[in-house]
Amino acid sequence: MNTTGSNGVMQNAAAVYEKSRASFNNFKAWVQLDSTHLSDGRQLAVKYFTVAVILFFAQILFGLLAATQFIFPGFLYEILDFNVNRMIHINAMIVWMLFGFIGSVYWFLEDESGAEIVGLKLGNIAFWVFTGAVTLVVLVYLLVQIGPGKDSSLWFINEGREYIEAPRWADIGIVVVILIFFYNVVATFSKGKWSGIAGVLTLDLVALAGLYLAGMFYMTNITHEQYWWWWVIHLWVEATWEVLVGVIMAWSLMKLLGVRRKIVQTWLYIEVALMFGSGILGLGHHYFWIGTPEYWLTVGGFFSALEPIPLVAMVVHAVYDAGTHAFKNGNHPALAWIIAQAFGNFFGAGIWGFMHTLPQINIFTHGTQWSASHGHLAFFGAYATINIAFFYLAIQQWRGNVWMGGGSQNAWRWKWALGLLNGGVLGMTIALLIAGYEQSFIERAVEGSTWGGYFTAQNHPSFQHAMGWRLFFGCMTLTGFILLVWDLLTIGKGETRKAPAIIEN
Amino acid sequence: MNETPLWASESFWKKMAIWVTAGSFLILVVLTMDSLSKTNAGSKRVPAYTVINKKIDYQYDKTLHKSMPIIGENEFLFGKEYTEEEARQWVDLGKKTTQAKNCMNCHTLLGNGAYYAPDLTKAWLDKGWISRDMREDMMVKFLMDPESNARTYGSNRKMPNLDITEQEAKGIIAFLKWMSSIDTNGFPYNFKTIEAEE
Repeated sequence: MNTTGSNGVMQNAAAVYEKSRASFNNFKAWVQLDSTHLSDGRQLAVKYFTVAVILFFAQILFGLLAATQFIFPGFLYEILDFNVNRMIHINAMIVWMLFGFIGSVYWFLEDESGAEIVGLKLGNIAFWVFTGAVTLVVLVYLLVQIGPGKDSSLWFINEGREYIEAPRWADIGIVVVILIFFYNVVATFSKGKWSGIAGVLTLDLVALAGLYLAGMFYMTNITHEQYWWWWVIHLWVEATWEVLVGVIMAWSLMKLLGVRRKIVQTWLYIEVALMFGSGILGLGHHYFWIGTPEYWLTVGGFFSALEPIPLVAMVVHAVYDAGTHAFKNGNHPALAWIIAQAFGNFFGAGIWGFMHTLPQINIFTHGTQWSASHGHLAFFGAYATINIAFFYLAIQQWRGNVWMGGGSQNAWRWKWALGLLNGGVLGMTIALLIAGYEQSFIERAVEGSTWGGYFTAQNHPSFQHAMGWRLFFGCMTLTGFILLVWDLLTIGKGETRKAPAIIEN
Repeated sequence: MNETPLWASESFWKKMAIWVTAGSFLILVVLTMDSLSKTNAGSKRVPAYTVINKKIDYQYDKTLHKSMPIIGENEFLFGKEYTEEEARQWVDLGKKTTQAKNCMNCHTLLGNGAYYAPDLTKAWLDKGWISRDMREDMMVKFLMDPESNARTYGSNRKMPNLDITEQEAKGIIAFLKWMSSIDTNGFPYNFKTIEAEE
């Protein structure tokens, strides 16, 4: 009985395997992507991009589930509770952006250094280890969800700390993977040639990897724990990630528009000075209310108020360069997303951050939907956009450097994807901002932040309406995403014209 | 004539980037050492864990223009006075449990986390526990069986059952009581505690 049973299972498994192999082959025949167009290094980059797109989908999907629970609290109650959905929503985001950044760096590493990637095999192993670990972590999030109040829960299930929930074993894995990536970057530049871009990138990666260590310790004292936790979160997303984006942007402006190296590198140094000059001590705006001394109100308020300045510089840089080159470029969707990045970063991270960064207003907005509003526009504007630009750069080369112009037959797809994604995220941002205003007034200022006050604000019609609009714009974002994937898989298919050569001037 | 002015030269900005970054980081390190030493458990801003043996309140100070934690006479938790080490163990169990149960992805702690459920910074002092006599018992029951003891305030949003044991529930309460005694520079503003007169 048992043997026949297991035989049956084996046969079924084999059939499923055959079937999925056949459909994968059909898919490959349909997309007509030719990997011989890519160097080995770039083939590694597109692996990272592929996983990034899948995780981007997970981010949107679990965001929509959580958004639905705000309107129908009984939805998936005790099956996939809000905390699980929200954790996967934000973790998928952090990880897909990291995958995108690593992919982007691998994408330009050989071009920038003039040498082949030194540890390509190691890089490939790291990719599969990273992807496998992420899959396992997400499965545990979904199936195990929580554990008892013991160290083992923090080591193997989740650490319960917003953004860096990954269990401790995965933390160690992430550090190893980042170190392999770092080795590849440094060794490849050492073998080829160094440049200003290479130097900034290397130092930034040292900081990025080193800072992660600050978040890998358990502490009973919540003030100390949140102190180090912000070292990771803030100094990643408001300092080292921004500089990394500056590096990626510098390289892509040279390639897309033919901007001279001297110009992009000078701008890069200015951006680093302004970014680290404001962002490092701007960390203080997270130290207003966690028990830390009062001087942080002044230090954090002052320096974080300066944080938009480098973002203005980045807008000027991107728009001015595009303008002086009369927008002549070889990849229209990529340039459109680069411009979206410049403005999205400035508005999302700069303006939306500035609006509630001073302690006099932050005491009312801290921990309300105001933060969620800022988070949505900032992460999308600063980081999602530049990764999407690189997806387009990659797909163009994958098809053999074909023409990708705004006038092409199916160009409506990328234009609509661009519009729907940006419109969807902006719509969510505005809806959440309205909810945040309402909470700040009613829950915080009037009701004094009690549980009763919290729910008075949550039950208010303007909050409820805002949650409805947020879900609506979330669906719009999903539509834009689906269109984006369709476009990425089809753009340039059957196109025979080559992209025009961009000459540095 | 064609010389690049200093403000536009690559090498000037390269040096600037290095000095500004190094300088800012150095200041951050100094401030970090100072902040950590001023926020050890047992400092003025972050009380020792034995504060769970005391009555805690949070009152508006007219001269400072903000609310400050007030630590009063003895008010034992679960009717027992704890030693330094016992108190630390209770708070530690509670803190670890809040992480293992992923509380932070619905609630905020010190204002940080998610926004699906109320802030826990001063949860120990919340009027929602009706009176000081009922508070401990209500909190244990709520944490162990939040479905039957739901506190939805008309929102239909219920905390799910997180398999919290009685021991863990008591730990969480000790942690919340200790956290409510931290000097948070007046956050949250205008908070009226369970002790406040109507």
